[in-house]
Amino acid sequence: MIYFDNVSKIYNSGQSVALRDITFQVAPNEFVSVVGHSGAGKTTLLKMIIAEDRPSEGTVFFQSLNIHKIPRGSLPQYRRKIGTVFQDFKLLPHKTAYENIAFAMEANGRSDEEIAENVPQALSLVDLDTKSWHFPHELSGGEKQRVAIARAIVNQPDIIIADEPTGNLDPIATYEVVQILKKINDLGTTVIMTTHNKGVIDALGRRVITMDEGRIVRDDPEGRYVL
Amino acid sequence: MITSIKRIIRAGFVGFWRNAYVSLAAIFVMTITLVVVCGVMLTNELLNVSLNQIRDKVDINVYLVTTASEQNIFTLKSSLESLPDVAEVNYTSRESAFAAFRERHKNDELTIQALDELGENPLGASLAIRAKETSQYESIATFLQEQRDREEPEAPLIDRINFNQNKSAIDKLTNIINAAERSSYIAMIVLIVSSILISFNTIRLAIYTSREEISIMRLVGASNMYIRGPFILQGIMYGLVAGVLSLLIMYPVVLYLGPATESFFSFNIFNYFVQNFAYLFGVLVGSGILLGTTSSILAIARYLRV
Repeated sequence: MIYFDNVSKIYNSGQSVALRDITFQVAPNEFVSVVGHSGAGKTTLLKMIIAEDRPSEGTVFFQSLNIHKIPRGSLPQYRRKIGTVFQDFKLLPHKTAYENIAFAMEANGRSDEEIAENVPQALSLVDLDTKSWHFPHELSGGEKQRVAIARAIVNQPDIIIADEPTGNLDPIATYEVVQILKKINDLGTTVIMTTHNKGVIDALGRRVITMDEGRIVRDDPEGRYVL
Repeated sequence: MITSIKRIIRAGFVGFWRNAYVSLAAIFVMTITLVVVCGVMLTNELLNVSLNQIRDKVDINVYLVTTASEQNIFTLKSSLESLPDVAEVNYTSRESAFAAFRERHKNDELTIQALDELGENPLGASLAIRAKETSQYESIATFLQEQRDREEPEAPLIDRINFNQNKSAIDKLTNIINAAERSSYIAMIVLIVSSILISFNTIRLAIYTSREEISIMRLVGASNMYIRGPFILQGIMYGLVAGVLSLLIMYPVVLYLGPATESFFSFNIFNYFVQNFAYLFGVLVGSGILLGTTSSILAIARYLRV
């Protein structure tokens, strides 16, 4: 589904190397965790997938599509196939949980009927049915991240990209968020997640890619957190 | 499609109200810009009108000797009229010149007395010549000069030609008006450029406060047009409101200045404002909308780059 072919990313004309000869493949319906120290290149890797950044060398494919050959005008359509979740949630502070999710559907040009139907479904998937009219500042960190996940899945993407989704959360909220991501994966969506959290990785027992200084140093199908 | 347009319009209005202070600042700055534009337009009109009035006053007067016969005068008149540069020639007979002189000095006892004492009409007939263009007076004057040189000394026709006396005054006035026009253009350009920059920056500020929202919209796959739409709409609204406001501000100003310009330039600026209201409305509101839209598009471009 996602295929990195010899991808390198070099900033400042050779001064700093973010990615070095990265080659790997993500199959449909996989749950892949990417681990590594800060600066190992995890976030750069994810940015390549959502076409926020382009490789210096090599190519990145989404199915058979070369991501960095997509014309600018078609990028929004491409991004609709990907749901994104971030460490800092990126919710709109002046919109309620419901409106934040509905906003993503509106931006995709969905009809009002679809929105009225799908937003409550997404909210119940993340167990926030009762808090749909709360504003972000009225929600806990874990709840905010669940709203962000609901927003990411509401357009039924093929893949979820989660950059340190549990980075700001306490252990219980972390557990809940990971369980939800697992549930989404079980429902058929590919998930790629970066994390620092050893407990999360060990509890998941799924594929783990370990990165160090821009290289993939380990790739275990049922990995543990080893650094 | 229609749903998107509806959402863009709604988002535009919401953004306009939610950022009320920023909207207010943008409208305020743009209103000042447009007031300047309107003021310059009116000043130019005023200068043009007075320049034309002065041009209308330019003519060549040929004063003929008192003994000149009507027949000779009409020969001269028709030869002048046959010149391609001449627009019209007005003949003032001795009698009507005398009557006009009496009329002009009717309150001046002494002059009237002196005139009565004289017993006969001391004034000669005259021809007032108007050219099609101001620059053509030179050649008409030359023509008259040649006519005069060819006259027989014992039976002269032309007494004097008064073109040269007026000429320097006219040239001076034309220069003054041209200079005023030029400096008003320079002032207009400076003011408009600086106001555009300020408006642009203010709108950029308005968009800067929404940068988070823009990045989230991009993240969830909103098309660039969908992101840009509300901001462009806000720019249009700023321009529309500022255009209307600037006209509302100008109205009492020209109302106040109207009588003054009437007596000084014999051109009532208030009447001009009212008669050309549609034109002024179109220019001001149109340039307001153009300014707002361009500023929005330029300001948002940097947030849409990949």
